[in-house]
Amino acid sequence: MGVEQKLGNMGVVTTTLEQMVNWGRTRAMWPMLFGLACCAIEMMASQASDYDMSRFGMELMRPSPRQADLMIVAGRVTRKMAPVLRRLYDQMPEPKWVVSMGDCASCGGVFNNYAIVQGVDEIVPVDVYVAGCPPRPEALIHGIMTLHEKVKGEGIKTWA
Amino acid sequence: MNLYNPLKVVPPLVTGLWTTFKSTLKKPVTIQYPEVKRPVRERYKGRHELKRYDNGLEKCIGCALCAAACPADAIFVEASENIDEKRFSPGERYASTYEINMLRCIFCGYCEDACPTEAIVLGDNYELSFTDRSQAIYTREMLLDPVPAGGEPTPREVEPGSFDRSIPEMKDPA
Repeated sequence: MGVEQKLGNMGVVTTTLEQMVNWGRTRAMWPMLFGLACCAIEMMASQASDYDMSRFGMELMRPSPRQADLMIVAGRVTRKMAPVLRRLYDQMPEPKWVVSMGDCASCGGVFNNYAIVQGVDEIVPVDVYVAGCPPRPEALIHGIMTLHEKVKGEGIKTWA
Repeated sequence: MNLYNPLKVVPPLVTGLWTTFKSTLKKPVTIQYPEVKRPVRERYKGRHELKRYDNGLEKCIGCALCAAACPADAIFVEASENIDEKRFSPGERYASTYEINMLRCIFCGYCEDACPTEAIVLGDNYELSFTDRSQAIYTREMLLDPVPAGGEPTPREVEPGSFDRSIPEMKDPA
């Protein structure tokens, strides 16, 4: 950002600003309405009333990548789907985060074959990996809380 | 339907709003997850645990049958020889390296079925999220259960010849 180079160490001003911005980012992180396989069922369940991700400011799954902050890669990514996934990621505005939900998205899982991308981090930068086949809705919420902790640790220098 | 006729518009509206009103009186179904956790089912398969005997010795004998049974190739086992001065498990060998990649594991429970000593059991922890792929590899120390009360930790020094069977003798082998 270059703010600190110009103004020197602003100390309490920047830390408070960082906290405020990170608070805002974690409290309204809209995920993209985007499911690829069986993990999407659990992603839908975590949005439904039993688990209700709107408690974390995620009541809206945005079908348009232009309005989304978080991409939950829910399911196995085929080689044919990979360029589509990358394009959706490129269309999301900064700041953006990626959660790799489940085994298939994280490392291919049991599908160790030519049709499946062996880990979605080959195409997009992943922030949090959630284990499970598929993960429970609670496990996904735990992954999102891990992501929130990560976002809260970001500083003014690491903001994109 | 004539939308300007109140007799045709108001009754369905009232019916719909009545449903809304009824659900405001119902108890909310949402489970407040990080604070309240819904108990898992009895046979739920979560994170693995390596069990110990009551005397504190490890049940795992390093046979790697779990790794052979694993459909996702998530388990890596390396066995070493037990000696009486440094004993980890009954019998000849123990698992000196035991690694499970939680991002590979599909929690099918085949390892549990394959284990001849019932050392590996799938527990009920499902909170497995990582910011790095290397964190997903759980080592033997992370998977092992704590030593039960009255047991001694491993490795330990034992009398020569006191543990020569991998599996303790069954009382009723029928």
